[in-house]
Amino acid sequence: MTEQTLFFIFAILAGGGAIGVVILQDIVRMAFSLIISLGSTAGLFFLLGADFVAATQLLVYVGGTLVLLIFGVMLTASGPFRRIKMSSGETLLGAAVGLLFFSVIAFTVLGVNWQAVPSHREVATTQSDQAGNTSRAIGLRLVGIPADNEIGVRKGGGSRTGYLLPFEIVSVHLLVVLIGAAYLARAKRHESRDATEGDA
Amino acid sequence: MIPTLANTAANTAANTAANTATTIQSTLEGWELSEGWAMFLAAVIHVSLVAGFFGLPAGIFIWAERKVSGRIQDRLGPTRVGGKFGWLQAIADGGKLIQKEDLVPAAADGPLFRVAPYVVVVSSLAALMFLPFSDGWIAVSLDIGLYLMLAVMSLEVIGVILAGYSSGSKWALFGGMREAAQMVSYEIPMSICVVIPIITAGSLNLNEIGAMQSGWAANWILFNDPFTFIAFFIYFVCATASCKRAPFDLAEAESELVAGFLTEYSGFRWSFFFLAEYASMFAVCGIAVLLFLGGWHTGIPGLDTAITGLRDPSGSWVFGWLANLLGFGVFFGKAGLLVCVQIWVRWTLPRLRIDQVMMTCLKYLVPISCVLFLGAVIWPLALSFTGHTTWGSPTGNRAAPAMRLESDSGASVPSAMPSRPLPLAASNSNEEAGR
Amino acid sequence: MEVTLNHYLLIGAVMFVSGVVCMATKRNGIAVLMGVELVLNGANINFVAFARYTNLGLDGQIVSLFVIVLAAAEAAVALAIALNFYNNHQTIDVDQGDRLRG
Repeated sequence: MTEQTLFFIFAILAGGGAIGVVILQDIVRMAFSLIISLGSTAGLFFLLGADFVAATQLLVYVGGTLVLLIFGVMLTASGPFRRIKMSSGETLLGAAVGLLFFSVIAFTVLGVNWQAVPSHREVATTQSDQAGNTSRAIGLRLVGIPADNEIGVRKGGGSRTGYLLPFEIVSVHLLVVLIGAAYLARAKRHESRDATEGDA
Repeated sequence: MIPTLANTAANTAANTAANTATTIQSTLEGWELSEGWAMFLAAVIHVSLVAGFFGLPAGIFIWAERKVSGRIQDRLGPTRVGGKFGWLQAIADGGKLIQKEDLVPAAADGPLFRVAPYVVVVSSLAALMFLPFSDGWIAVSLDIGLYLMLAVMSLEVIGVILAGYSSGSKWALFGGMREAAQMVSYEIPMSICVVIPIITAGSLNLNEIGAMQSGWAANWILFNDPFTFIAFFIYFVCATASCKRAPFDLAEAESELVAGFLTEYSGFRWSFFFLAEYASMFAVCGIAVLLFLGGWHTGIPGLDTAITGLRDPSGSWVFGWLANLLGFGVFFGKAGLLVCVQIWVRWTLPRLRIDQVMMTCLKYLVPISCVLFLGAVIWPLALSFTGHTTWGSPTGNRAAPAMRLESDSGASVPSAMPSRPLPLAASNSNEEAGR
Repeated sequence: MEVTLNHYLLIGAVMFVSGVVCMATKRNGIAVLMGVELVLNGANINFVAFARYTNLGLDGQIVSLFVIVLAAAEAAVALAIALNFYNNHQTIDVDQGDRLRG
């Protein structure tokens, strides 16, 4: 019963936050609504027994990426609380397309018989009697050891080669991205408007 | 299959003799409540305890700050409220702040202005939930407790930005942006310096790391190798910066930016920010104590065995509770000492400019912490050529369990560690064959 | 009523669709970025739900870790591009970026 209650709280916050991002017009309030939505997503991850992923979501996504977005909002705002309005025709069209898209996805999801998909075997939990104790198992998976007696693991299955290569690639990728972003966003000398106008 | 809250000392080796550890939830279940209700009530009790504790560091350290700053500046500090030493000054301040007028500037974004202090308070309060105050006294015991604590503390930046933006004043906006940049930047060397004792300890569970440092004070992770020693000081500097304390306190610098992002806040909302600041100061000093300074252990084995000897299973439960209380006293004393060092530094060193703050982080602290990280990883590898992985044998519970190459019968492994050596941990295959 | 895989997939769908609508209809460049973040989070919820309820196992959680990291990288670059756009056009309204219109 607790799980259902918590699920509904987090689901309503996540979904409501997501819909709030679409509906709200002020960019800073949209950012705040997004923060609520992503924080509740972390709560959903906790309910799904993915502690490490949830903590990473809070640390990297909410505490890092969203702060970056908010910095971007501050740096590009052309005045306090300026709103860029949408016409009502666009709003209606957007809502209709959204509802249609959602109904297609929902119809597909509800039409699949998920019972036929093999679920994870009820394996013994680790010595710590908590579900979601996945950090050690994830670490072992990274180097290719599918630890037995961990949650959600096919016995003897799993990727034997590990995820070290993607990990290294992502690390180099992050380095390249940050160098590139720092270069792109450097303070440039502001060209005069006459030079850029040209024959526009 | 949700994680169970309120796990206590069941996992620590100190209690292996007779597992008398109970959780509040299991006690409630013993009183014929269903599991869901027991979990909910246990959660409520835990949150109330932590929330009740939340104001305590603020109350004590505000008084300490005013007294210490007074003495450093050759004056007395508060001497009137509550006797000769002004013990109740913090309560008097709180009373004054509560009855002030609730001002919201006209240019401010109303809802966001009102929400921002609560975001900061919630992140501070939630960080205290993962901190073990004594052996087993932890609100939520997770295997990734430290990681989650850092994640939750990083949410404070959002509150600072919201406060700065929604105040509708340019001082607040600039102060908030600078403050957010500082807090986000200092998370990097702080996280690297936090990972270094984790490598030594082999676990992210703060309860385990604290329990591992029993025995003599030489067993503390601080003295494990020179890299962890330096890492403690780098961590302390980064923690001071991330708490917006001097010499990194551009946010509250009256002479620089009026009051930074706090400019438009007065009364009770302002006091929320400061409650959160002192609580998070206590939280980061608590992490430092747990990771480096031995947690709730006194560092003198005689005293420690006297305290844990109170936890006699045949005696009444009062003595076990008393043992935990003494451990809490030790922990609070150590963390309080570190907070007093922060107060001392604040009133001694001049303030850094924002460009100096960012330069310190990016040009000095990040490379230093990377070098320390590399050193801390190579240290056991280099030592393994001599047959050990630690300099001297650790006493008590301290051992990096997967890296123990010799069979020491003395040290007992905390029961939450994997009971078999992880196949990738032994870098010397001949040792593996010899076990 | 038990919480099954369908519930999580529907929540993921709500976030995904909100993100797509946000990307399609908003004129503020940063708002488009927020839509992208919502899309990635919807996909993450799906991954972790499948990791929990089917025999995908921990692979689903590891993939979602990679998604989080890559989303952070992509947000950084997209923000740099948005800042450049703002510097060149003095507005963040993406409808004003029509100089190449034929």
